[in-house]
Amino acid sequence: MIRHEFTRHRAAYVLAALALAAALGGCRKDDEIVRSTSTQVIFEDVKGPVKGFFLLNEGNMGSNKATLDYFDYETGVYTRNIYAERNPGVVKELGDVGNDIQIYGHRLYAVVNCSHFVEVMDAHTARHIGVVSIPNCRYIVFKDRYAYVSSYAGPVKIDPNARLGYVAKVDTATLQVLDTCVVGYQPEEMAIVGDKLYVANSGGYRVPDYDRTVSVIDLRDFREIKKIDVAINLHRLELDRYGQIWVSSRGDYKRTGSKTFVIDSQTDRVIDSLPLLANSNMTRCGDSLYVYSTEWSWITERNTVTYAIVDTRTRRVVSRNFITDGTQKLIKIPYGVAVNPNTHEIFATDAKDYVTPGTLYCFGPDGRKKWSVTTGDIPAHIVFTPYKLQPLGEEGKNEAGRERGADAPTGGSGTGGVKK
Amino acid sequence: MTKSLLLFLIGLMAAGSTAAGSVAVRSGATDRTGASQPAATAAAAASNAPAGPDADRTVATARAAQGAKQSALHTDIGADSVQCCPGTAAQPDDRRRYVSNLDSLQHIGQVTVLGQRAASKIVPVQVLDGKTLSRLSALSVADAIRYFSGVQIKDYGGIGGLKTVNIRSMGSQHVGVFYDGVQLGNAQNGQVDLGRFSLDNMEAVALYNGQKSDLLQAAKDFASAGAIYMTTRTPRLDSARRDNLSVGLKTGSFGTANPSLLWEHRLARRVTSSLSAEYLYTTGRYKFSYAKKDGYDTTEVRRNGDVRALRVEGGLFGQLKGGEWRAKAYYYNSERGYPGASVREEPGKFKHEDRQWDQNFFAQGSLRKRFSKTYSLLANVKYAYDYLHYLSDPRHDVTTMYVNNHYYQQEVYASAAHGFDIFEWWNASLSTDFQWNTLDADLVDFAYPTRNTLLTAAATAMRFRRLRLQGSLLYTYVHDKTRSVGGAAPDKHEWTPTVVALVDPMPGSGLNIRAFYKRIFRMPTLNDLYYTFIGNKYLNPEYTTQYDVGVAYTRGFAGRRLRSLDVQADAYYNEVEDKIIAMPTSNQFQWTMINLGHVEIRGIDLSVQTLWAFGPVGVRARVSYTYQQAQDRTDPASEWYGGQIPYIPWHSGSAILGAAWRGWDLNYSFIYTGERYESVANIRENYAQPWYTHDLSLAKTIALGRHTLRVTAEVNNLFNQQYEVVQCYPMPGTNIRIKINFTL
Repeated sequence: MIRHEFTRHRAAYVLAALALAAALGGCRKDDEIVRSTSTQVIFEDVKGPVKGFFLLNEGNMGSNKATLDYFDYETGVYTRNIYAERNPGVVKELGDVGNDIQIYGHRLYAVVNCSHFVEVMDAHTARHIGVVSIPNCRYIVFKDRYAYVSSYAGPVKIDPNARLGYVAKVDTATLQVLDTCVVGYQPEEMAIVGDKLYVANSGGYRVPDYDRTVSVIDLRDFREIKKIDVAINLHRLELDRYGQIWVSSRGDYKRTGSKTFVIDSQTDRVIDSLPLLANSNMTRCGDSLYVYSTEWSWITERNTVTYAIVDTRTRRVVSRNFITDGTQKLIKIPYGVAVNPNTHEIFATDAKDYVTPGTLYCFGPDGRKKWSVTTGDIPAHIVFTPYKLQPLGEEGKNEAGRERGADAPTGGSGTGGVKK
Repeated sequence: MTKSLLLFLIGLMAAGSTAAGSVAVRSGATDRTGASQPAATAAAAASNAPAGPDADRTVATARAAQGAKQSALHTDIGADSVQCCPGTAAQPDDRRRYVSNLDSLQHIGQVTVLGQRAASKIVPVQVLDGKTLSRLSALSVADAIRYFSGVQIKDYGGIGGLKTVNIRSMGSQHVGVFYDGVQLGNAQNGQVDLGRFSLDNMEAVALYNGQKSDLLQAAKDFASAGAIYMTTRTPRLDSARRDNLSVGLKTGSFGTANPSLLWEHRLARRVTSSLSAEYLYTTGRYKFSYAKKDGYDTTEVRRNGDVRALRVEGGLFGQLKGGEWRAKAYYYNSERGYPGASVREEPGKFKHEDRQWDQNFFAQGSLRKRFSKTYSLLANVKYAYDYLHYLSDPRHDVTTMYVNNHYYQQEVYASAAHGFDIFEWWNASLSTDFQWNTLDADLVDFAYPTRNTLLTAAATAMRFRRLRLQGSLLYTYVHDKTRSVGGAAPDKHEWTPTVVALVDPMPGSGLNIRAFYKRIFRMPTLNDLYYTFIGNKYLNPEYTTQYDVGVAYTRGFAGRRLRSLDVQADAYYNEVEDKIIAMPTSNQFQWTMINLGHVEIRGIDLSVQTLWAFGPVGVRARVSYTYQQAQDRTDPASEWYGGQIPYIPWHSGSAILGAAWRGWDLNYSFIYTGERYESVANIRENYAQPWYTHDLSLAKTIALGRHTLRVTAEVNNLFNQQYEVVQCYPMPGTNIRIKINFTL
């Protein structure tokens, strides 16, 4: 009998534990929109044409976790994940894998690769305006009243494996795709010089038959006029002040290493190559081209990273370490890089393991760390903004007036609202 | 610590002390299940569901990058975990003892039990028998396993979505899955999709922590950190019956049609045969919703989740003097769509059309025989062939890039286990397994690996009045070959011990205290080592170490309302070292596999099972609860050091309540999974809500002369909860199923 009591109690305890767990761990609550979080990263009110920047976090593929962060130079506050709370009505937030972000006119454009559209927002409020539907879209550039978006999703011919990509021409007023121009395999970054658009073709899906060309499109009739042979697996393009286009080749990750090449846009010829300058990502400010590269070593089972500066006038590497205070040792997987054209501050992001939040580092022009902050997952793309983002709840005050002229072209600058 | 245990073990083996009793080996005759069944395989080839093909597609391109990212998501620390639920354990034999005077529940007693006898609970084991399985609202083995404690199922949703099991948060690749006693392998990626195994002809599903505690078992049975044993039905023919024929049909939500056939036949006095076949079709379509408070609210339809699958299996079963033999052939053929992650897209704009075809075949044989008072033998052989074809075609889905890959795996396996009953109280065994695996694929620069594995296990058991001890030592030798010279991983030689103890402080009281220590590893899979671009041939095995202490209390109460009570409680500490994870390398487009992760797991598993009799109504109730703290201890410098690993809930549990009365069966089941995170970064952005489902089923068995008709109606997810087990893979809301079974 005693034993019987004992066992009953035991069962009761277990049931109680389960009930307690249910009560503690709880039931489901209403699913709340995830709010932004703000961090004061610096106490310094920086004046000038650059009011802040947006950072697009890619988010791991298939996780729908692309997010948008904003840094405000006036307040020194970094705010993570601003899109969802400013657009509670947009189903499933920003989308899956943010691949590029730019400002043109008064609008903010985010290319969301695996959601297959370009998200168009008001640059003053980060409020959703509309989307441009382009399957497998990669990067975006602008000229006059048009946006140009590269995409892998060209027409499928007889061999589905030989599928060329294209560049889409988008009317920024109607957000409609007006035309497409077929280029090489899996086109990536673009640059516009005068009436010519250059796009780097990677052919990354065609291993080992990578593409090795930069396509040139005449924007007047939107036709591909030539292909410039450069090297395998091209990715980044960066235009300098001398009409030179810097091109990165990713190599094949085995025998052929990553390299950097230079195309003269006058002659459309490769005029220089920097075989010793491996290139994962680059950005330009004035005559300085900031290049980082990551190379995997099987011996140390680690990534070896270089942070170089190239003088675009002389085409010489002037520094192999633009981070000078040892902070580079903390960066596991350098991913995004940007330089503030006003302050010349250098920004580098660390994507870490891709499945946890990354880190954004801000360095002074001397390469010494000023501050760092935790970002979203895979912090990658930065665009500086000439407009202060209106705080949540205060936006919309001048919206009507501004929207009217929103897409008046601001000139031929091609990229964004802040000139380099 | 490890060393001293090892010495202890060796001491045990060498010892020749005194005492009494026989444990497992002896039970050869009784114990037919588990080890003696031949086995199985693989259908499971389980390929990779979403991860594999995606990884392929990428590797070298931009999207490659992202694909790899995705695979990282899957391989990252603990990422393989997920969901769970608790479960419960049935101890059929004990139950059998008490059931006999409970008419309405009597059928339970028919169940052939999985090898668990007295020795059984020396390690934690949980069993769901055939009757319980048939009452549960479960279509596949994966659905049933959710009721066990200490288990998480990773479920990509729908009937066709990949479902893998993770025991005690160590990762799904540490789980050995056995089909009729022989392991189902997948040398390619180490995953077995339990969603493909039907419960239609399943007689029992059992889960062991550590290892099955039979002494006479193949070396493979010693070789995983935890194991699931699926045992299919053996013919039940009495002398009056030469044939047994039954047909069934399941239908219901998701456009499901699932006819099945079972024919059992007596060929000779001591030989029977069985043929079981089943066809499954489902559109896989279901509605799901996402809604945010003061925000969006959307309802969509899951598409491209259709499945067509055919399973045919045949077996021969023979009795011998002092033993038995079995032979089985299994064939599975399926085509399915991949609905993909549910991410933001323009509604209805693009269709996902990725598809996969699988063919799995295996044949296996098993012989168990006692040759003398002191010697018995268990031999197993198997051949398996697995084919997988994955197609992603931009002609059907403009957003995708072309991937058209074929994978072919073959396996040959042979095992011999020798049992020695030295004294009544002391026995020992020696088993040796050989396995050959090969993988062929139409990938660029593919390594074409072949793997030879040799396993040898020595084990011993001693039984005293208040104490039982078991110890085993497993030696594993792995030799890989690749087509290109120097492309293969170095040979591996690994020694891994297990020690198990059970104390019976008051013999006859029903109370036992048990403990085990086990160290074991998983080999890097062929994908980990040789996958083009990603593979790293220098990987070390991924080790787990387990410490478990528990109590079990089993008692029957004749003549009372509470007929039987069975309680198990275990506390454990596990470590996973050298965890194999994907890491970004030379740039964001290339990843590699490395030994990096370290995880510490502390947990408690509880389960209580009761049988009641209220007049003519028999009631069974089982409850299980799991607490787990599974922390990433990889990098002390990381901001997320110590975070709960992805998809492991702190709290989870399940409950089953069944009542039987005059051929009616009413069953209610509940599964609860508490809050958890989708990343080791335990922040709001990665927070996943708890989810819990209530299922209800009602069945009636009608006797029609010699024939029997059983009709079952189920309503699952009664309150239409909208939930995800894996991020962006929505699960079905309320759904129904009707089952009809007619036995001729």
